[in-house]
Amino acid sequence: MKVVHRLFPHPVLTVFLTLVWLLLVNRFSLNSLLFGLMLGVLIPFVTSPYWPNRTRLRNPLMIVEYVLVVLWDIIVANVVVARLVLFRRNQDMQPNWVTVPLELRNPSAITVLAGTITMTPGTLTADVSSKGHSLLVHCLDAADPDAVRDEIKQRYERRLLEIFE
Amino acid sequence: MELIVEIVIAFFLVVSGIFGFTGSYGLIKLGDPMSRLHAPTKATTLGVGGLLLAAMASIYVFYEHVSLHELLITLFLFLAAPVTAHFIAKSHIHRHENAEDLPDPGDDPDWAVLHHDPEDVHRPSHGPED
Repeated sequence: MKVVHRLFPHPVLTVFLTLVWLLLVNRFSLNSLLFGLMLGVLIPFVTSPYWPNRTRLRNPLMIVEYVLVVLWDIIVANVVVARLVLFRRNQDMQPNWVTVPLELRNPSAITVLAGTITMTPGTLTADVSSKGHSLLVHCLDAADPDAVRDEIKQRYERRLLEIFE
Repeated sequence: MELIVEIVIAFFLVVSGIFGFTGSYGLIKLGDPMSRLHAPTKATTLGVGGLLLAAMASIYVFYEHVSLHELLITLFLFLAAPVTAHFIAKSHIHRHENAEDLPDPGDDPDWAVLHHDPEDVHRPSHGPED
């Protein structure tokens, strides 16, 4: 078991790299599948010293739900921001800073949350606090900053907590 | 059949054009630097997304080949857009904002960009000796 763990330090990354290679080749064949697998085994093996405490996924199936929710929100975000840009006068907008206190402690999970906030409606992650306990979020048009904070915690952080920790 | 597909492809192209334009327009129109960041990170995502969907559909129908390259472009875009926005926001805070203008950082003493710890100061080990 230990040898298997040594050889495949990161099985999810192996699958992911193989998939990315197949997409890069853009034509499925046994050749490219084998080469992709080879890369998928080699790259995590060589780079494993750089991530000693790797992330554990507690609930990988939740990722599908999370991705679907985020994709839908990105489409909504585009329409919302486009409407604000085209039809709202600048002086009517209320740009605002919001502090989002974090329950997540895992650095990868915080990175995913920060990226998600940037891609979704009217919000943008600007910074993290010096010890990593809260995120600084900029809102394009938020009359009520507390509502924005609660929605981020409800919609994204709750799901990420289930996936990662 | 082909007509329907062409209409769908045209629809995606028009959508992507509209959103791409809005993103660029927002960059000029919005008032302050932080608000300007919102337009390109979002509106452009759907702009490029629509273009890629149109490309996939047309390759599948007219060249009879399933092309999934485009998904990879989307993936790289989703990785690159937040990181770029984060960089620009950080340099903006560093140069133009004070700790008093930003909200309270919760449990921690300050925000990472404005963090200043005298013990963290890097001293060059190979400095010129005088």
